[in-house]
Amino acid sequence: MIIQQVSVFLENKSGRLVEVTQALADAGVNISALSIAETSDYGVLRCVVSHPQKAVELLRARHFSVSLTDVVCMAAPNQPGALNRALKILAEAGISVEYMYAFAIGDRALVVIRTDNIKDTISALQHHKVDLLKSSELYQV
Amino acid sequence: MIWNEKCECMPRDELTALQTRRLQATVKRVYEKVPFYRRKMDELGVKPQDIKSIRDIRHLPMTTKQDLRDNYPFGLFSSPMSEIVRLHASSGTTGKPTVVGYAREDIELWADVMARTLCSAGGTEHDIIQISYGYGLFTGGLGVHYGAEKLGATAIPVSGGNTQRQIQILQDFGPTLLACTPSYSLFLAEALAERGIHPGDLKLKAAVLGAEPWTENMRAAIEKNLGIRAIDIYGLSEIIGPGVASECWEQKGLHINEDHFYPEIIDPVTLEVLEPGQHGELVFTTITKQGMPLLRYRTRDLTSLITGACPCGRTTVRMHKCQGRSDDMLIIRGVNVFPSQIESVLLEMSETHPHYLLIIDRVNNLDQLTLQVEVDAQFFSDEIKQLEALSRRIKHSVESTLGLSVNVRLVEPQTIERSEGKVRRVIDNRKLS
Repeated sequence: MIIQQVSVFLENKSGRLVEVTQALADAGVNISALSIAETSDYGVLRCVVSHPQKAVELLRARHFSVSLTDVVCMAAPNQPGALNRALKILAEAGISVEYMYAFAIGDRALVVIRTDNIKDTISALQHHKVDLLKSSELYQV
Repeated sequence: MIWNEKCECMPRDELTALQTRRLQATVKRVYEKVPFYRRKMDELGVKPQDIKSIRDIRHLPMTTKQDLRDNYPFGLFSSPMSEIVRLHASSGTTGKPTVVGYAREDIELWADVMARTLCSAGGTEHDIIQISYGYGLFTGGLGVHYGAEKLGATAIPVSGGNTQRQIQILQDFGPTLLACTPSYSLFLAEALAERGIHPGDLKLKAAVLGAEPWTENMRAAIEKNLGIRAIDIYGLSEIIGPGVASECWEQKGLHINEDHFYPEIIDPVTLEVLEPGQHGELVFTTITKQGMPLLRYRTRDLTSLITGACPCGRTTVRMHKCQGRSDDMLIIRGVNVFPSQIESVLLEMSETHPHYLLIIDRVNNLDQLTLQVEVDAQFFSDEIKQLEALSRRIKHSVESTLGLSVNVRLVEPQTIERSEGKVRRVIDNRKLS
């Protein structure tokens, strides 16, 4: 249930993001989900891709600072209260959310979550029957 | 005005004879009392009696800042601690400062050479001197202070910083002389202008400025903005502190107090002694100091000597304004900074060698430091708060090591330029020459 997210350090300079997407495109790596956290000087690109290990290697070869981070991806029904329910489960289990990004389309909402304890996150959510995507499912999304 | 006419206007042959006698006494003293010098001289096969004239100084061993570090803290003192009445220190490259010890006679000679300096800037017993150099381990504040009192002037020991208080004192106490770094004098001029205070409303007539490199353009700006004469002074703690050399009212080179500090110019690579007028590294031998005399101390400052007569009447040799360094030391806001200090801070925080670049800009006449650090795998976290914490940690460690504030910028790996395998560690954007 653990998803390996690729994180990349990017300075706020024009053209840096496109270098990453170009490298991934050239290697046939598909991006399933993506977000950018930014400060005034730099940002961190976080993405879920079809071939995480390959993405890391090819970005490292291009001198990017890259790491793999464990995240979970839950699928919630696209309806009022669904996200709230999931977050309550985490809060009650004493788990802190470091960051998350989400998107809803059709009848499903997909939420990528990074917490301070991924293993506890998975068991808490599974205990409450929240649908978590397997890496094999998500990489193909 | 000349404070010590006997010494400052001495005919050359008399001065040479005096220097020779003093050098002989100093060499004898360090050979007998400082094991470091005895060993160095023995290695070179030089005995104190081999020094027959001042020209024989070139047979003596040189002293470097590294030698001071190797003998930290008191290894080069030639007086017992019971005779050392003061210690000063300057920041070091590896956390250990360079320590200097003064005997009572040294404090007296220091006051005398500083009185000469203030006098050559037009100071008399009627003057009030605002001393805005830092007081403390740094030699600037106390050095000028003792000189001011020796001169009989009125010393105001404001020390550095606190611009609001500096301005209040400038207005209310009516100082006629200001002593600080050149960049701080420009900063004060701006602060005055911002508050609508016209220099004509103050009583300032001159400033003695030193402890950092500055240019003729800066001088022009200081003189215009403060309506004063800006006098360049030179010194370093290893030799005495401020008071080693000073411009006179002519502002045509800095008169070296060579009856106490004997200057040579050497080629920094071959270490050969150069002729007067040739450009090279300035080397000083203290020929009267008791607490910690140094033989041929390499200042790493690059300049040349002027031997001709000066219209002011002083006969002492002059040096040009320093034009760079023969090592990588930077002087930022009067503080000595070696890139290796930053390197050691970063090394303490990581296992491998982090790449960094120090950029120095002069913004509103104050030096500003930006430290770029490459975020390689060991530093990278995908959480912004971790990166920000890293940046704060670097900032804090560098600031406490250097004693200067610094902006830290995290940059991508491989973005700091590497040329011929050697990384450029410093970009100095200050226009200083």
